[in-house]
Amino acid sequence: MTEETPKKLVELKDLQLYFNKGKSNEVRAIDHVSFDIYEGEVFGLVGESGSGKTTIGRTILKLYEPTDGTITFDGKDVTKLKGKQLSEFRKNSQMIFQDPQASLNGRMKVRDIIAEGIDVNHLAKSNDERNNRVQELLDLVGLNKDHSSRYPHEFSGGQRQRIGIARALAVDPKFIIADEPISALDVSIQAQVVNLMKELQKKHSLTYLFIAHDLSMVKYISDRIGVMHWGKLLEIGTADAVYNHPLHPYTKSLLSAIPVPDPEVESNRQHIDYDSSIETDGKERTMLEVNPGHFVLATEEEAAAYKLEQQ
Amino acid sequence: MSNPILKVENLHVNFNTYAGTVKAIRDVSFDLNEGETLAIVGESGSGKSVTTKTLMGLNAKNASIPDNSRLLFKDKNLLALTEEEWQHVRGNEIAMIFQDPMTSLDPTMKIGHQIAEPLVKHRGISEKEALARALELMKGVGIPDAEEHINDYPHQWSGGMRQRAVIAIALAADPEILIADEPTTALDVTIQAQILNLMKKLQKESNSSIIFITHDLGVVAGMADRVAVMYAGKIVEYGTVDEIFFNPQHPYTWGLLNSMPTTDTEEGSLQAIPGTPPDLLEPPLGDAFAPRNVYALAIDSREEPPFFKVSDTHYAATWLLDERAPKVTPPKQILTRWAHWQELQGQEA
Repeated sequence: MTEETPKKLVELKDLQLYFNKGKSNEVRAIDHVSFDIYEGEVFGLVGESGSGKTTIGRTILKLYEPTDGTITFDGKDVTKLKGKQLSEFRKNSQMIFQDPQASLNGRMKVRDIIAEGIDVNHLAKSNDERNNRVQELLDLVGLNKDHSSRYPHEFSGGQRQRIGIARALAVDPKFIIADEPISALDVSIQAQVVNLMKELQKKHSLTYLFIAHDLSMVKYISDRIGVMHWGKLLEIGTADAVYNHPLHPYTKSLLSAIPVPDPEVESNRQHIDYDSSIETDGKERTMLEVNPGHFVLATEEEAAAYKLEQQ
Repeated sequence: MSNPILKVENLHVNFNTYAGTVKAIRDVSFDLNEGETLAIVGESGSGKSVTTKTLMGLNAKNASIPDNSRLLFKDKNLLALTEEEWQHVRGNEIAMIFQDPMTSLDPTMKIGHQIAEPLVKHRGISEKEALARALELMKGVGIPDAEEHINDYPHQWSGGMRQRAVIAIALAADPEILIADEPTTALDVTIQAQILNLMKKLQKESNSSIIFITHDLGVVAGMADRVAVMYAGKIVEYGTVDEIFFNPQHPYTWGLLNSMPTTDTEEGSLQAIPGTPPDLLEPPLGDAFAPRNVYALAIDSREEPPFFKVSDTHYAATWLLDERAPKVTPPKQILTRWAHWQELQGQEA
């Protein structure tokens, strides 16, 4: 990220999504979450399963209706989009899914999977143009042109995820949500896909929301990171700030749990336990800026204490 | 400690399928010493899970194992056992912790009974005694208020608690060998840390031997005494955990270490291993890793490399270690690891 004030592409303001609202089994999947994603950055969202990170991604793409709060994409309120503007939004924001096996239609040829978005949005004037575009995309993600007439089952996991990426890119989106895009892949293939995503991001100046539970991978790919727990966003900052100078006790606990591929470090690693009473004591907490660009959900006193700790 | 409790010799496992014979394990030999943790790492299809299933006698019906393969456990060849004899070993002398606690527990059976089951089966004690022991085991694996939860069903528990139950079942009959197949892969990192600590603690108490299957090198670094790296149905390198992490010799081990980012990995320095693993229907001639290996030599595509000795405990199957091979410079990150190894050696001397 550069110093000149970058443009906000996605803005979440006080977003809430409650399932079974008002009933005894109410679940606050997203609980007053606000953050911005700037144009051209990779924003990483980390947290345990059930923290609400996937729900946020889906809500941004209008797959869930938020209970309250606003989502703004490119200056427009997403929840109010209709007709042409809605289809424009759907074209501009794409998703890469976790399981490339389940998210590709097994009965469609790769060519038609990739071109589906092109067809829906009438982006190709002729069949030739459509095929050329598919070949360009296959080339871009490192597959051969003769792969286009095959079916998904003929590919390995890593190759399938490349098809998923090509499909997302087919409509020239501005914004891509990648929800655990590598967790179904083998270690040696994960790095291939992450490097590809990073390269494409630079080439096409894309903006990513990268959702994952693999904290090392998120750190590697992201410019800024948000940490979620129990539907709340607890901390937000640059990847370096969050990983090297975590503020919230939950972030500290989470980071201390990451196994490091170094036997010496591992023999000394102490997992810090997390006392979750800090989230349930009923005190009013807001996002406070402790260091420039580094926010934490805290009371004024806690924020002051965190700041002191950092010095 | 160097007393092998289990010796695997020349293990081959083939699967007969409609498409042909899949050579899933191609000549694997290793020892497991008493009280140690041996980690087997590799990607899917490398044969690490088939190895452990073979050790449990749990292979699918279409598996065939040639006669010269031997699994020696306390001087008896497990491969010669009948199914009835296997049932005395399985869950009793050798027990397994499975990856997914959702699918490895019986959803219709109370957890207490599931933990008591191996005791009733193998120790022949009464249900009541077994349940009392199950309660102790539940406490041992850190289940809070165990008395209240002994009659719970698996769906009432969280993933981490379920995995504790799976561990309690595996430990019930006090096995000599514990096989853990990706025991924490389905869990969140914070829960993973708890489970790994628990396993370490329990191993210290019982002095059992653990075979730990995983693809996460971070977990390996924390758990293992020794490491075997598998690729395409073979062990390509094995050594102590320090030797594998700080003095790796096989290009595949280099690739694995470089393709996993740590939180210190700088931008642009993540190096992927190109290509994909080979199809074991027709394993390639020579070194199976050669097509993905930028350091491959001409001989790699013709002849399989034997194990070259690096130290008494460290062996690697790569022609790069042959004295006729040209000297290659490994990737920068590996050189950093090597430099650290030199320091460590210096400290010891």
